[in-house]
Amino acid sequence: MKVLYPFIAVLALVALAFVGVKAAGLQYLFGVVIPYMAFAMFLGGFIYKVLHWAKSPVPFRIPTTCGQANSLKFIEQNKLDCPSTFWGVTGRMLLEVFLFRSLFRNSKAEVHDGPKLVYGSSKYLWLFGLIFHYTFLVIVIRHMRLFVGHVPDFLHAIEAGDALFQVGAPLLYQSDLIILLAVGFLFLRRLINANVRYISLPADYFPLFLIFAIAVTGILMRYFLRVDIINIKQLAVGLATFSPVLHGEIGSIFYIHIFLVCALMAYFPFSKLMHMGGVWMSPTRNMANNSRMVRHINPWNDPNIKPHSYADYEDEFREFMTDANIPVEKE
Amino acid sequence: MYDMKKILPGLIIFAGLMTFPIWYNGGDAGTLPKPEKPSNAKECVRPTEYMRTSHMQLLNEFRDTVVRESERGAIKEAGGVTYDDKSLMLGCMKCHVSKKKFCDECHTYAAVKPYCWDCHIQPKETN
Repeated sequence: MKVLYPFIAVLALVALAFVGVKAAGLQYLFGVVIPYMAFAMFLGGFIYKVLHWAKSPVPFRIPTTCGQANSLKFIEQNKLDCPSTFWGVTGRMLLEVFLFRSLFRNSKAEVHDGPKLVYGSSKYLWLFGLIFHYTFLVIVIRHMRLFVGHVPDFLHAIEAGDALFQVGAPLLYQSDLIILLAVGFLFLRRLINANVRYISLPADYFPLFLIFAIAVTGILMRYFLRVDIINIKQLAVGLATFSPVLHGEIGSIFYIHIFLVCALMAYFPFSKLMHMGGVWMSPTRNMANNSRMVRHINPWNDPNIKPHSYADYEDEFREFMTDANIPVEKE
Repeated sequence: MYDMKKILPGLIIFAGLMTFPIWYNGGDAGTLPKPEKPSNAKECVRPTEYMRTSHMQLLNEFRDTVVRESERGAIKEAGGVTYDDKSLMLGCMKCHVSKKKFCDECHTYAAVKPYCWDCHIQPKETN
């Protein structure tokens, strides 16, 4: 059920776009209105979410310490895994965001005969996760050629790199194959690994199915059910210049493709996909472990409540304490 | 709000990247391609709709059959006209004479750089 429902949901989205365009003739709705709404939801929702998170104070340092903290001079500090300075945190964050360093530490636990518990390194999630994210990035960037009137050189360069092997015409993009492989792995991992399957929810499967469907419709459109790219670019550039025109016939596969993308954009800020913004705001990664160097004051402390040290406390209650035979520091 | 000194620039960079096509275009949609239609023929080897979307697949097919199977057979068309030669330069370009005015129009617009001219010698064109 946890797998089936999200799968049906994605199929329903495909059917909705197909029927909407093919039977109801709602090209303008699916080609112009929904993309604008979805993009507004994506951008607005993303910013709203981040600002919402920013409302929570994180007064105390809670970094995950994964190495030796800053200590005495003759004890070497692990500057990346337990940073105490701005630059240490910057290095840690860059490695986290661009190379998924935390995932690299992913381990697996297995029980063998004996019984014997064995821990081992498990890098597949890191590897396929990294491949998936970078491929997705390349795919998003090379789509920009359809949204800009005059295509800058760096887009040409990325496209040329993606189609490096010059297979067939239109040229085969490596990213198309790799993303199917990577999403396939991430899906099978949830399905085959019993531990991960147990904790997987529909919200985990839905984005995987959705992204897989986006990739498949895109591949179909590029290599099999050809569509008129000029009409599509006219629409896409029109969207980006706020003067959208629907010109000529565009196959329904295109509307299915962009409707799925719209679903992804609209869904993005309200789902686990917000880890895109969240990774930057993880207090366990973006804070310096400097509690012994800097005093961090809780912002919601009531200023009327003055600090009450133990010495003061003893002064106040000394009589009662001695009466009750509680030892006191000052007689 | 806390840490706005760091979060706000981050959000501005994010919004900037996400709206790249909007500010890069600056409202300028560019010029639509107008490929020059041949003067000596009315019908192509396949219907216009097919040629608009899939000509590259046809050309690829031609290349494979000619180069790999050395079959340079004629391409027949429903209109009764027989086009000789599965060939870009000897076939297609008999009618679509100008690379610049025909091929490049759409290719430049859609940012496609076909590698036809890696092997074929590009026809010399003035203008």
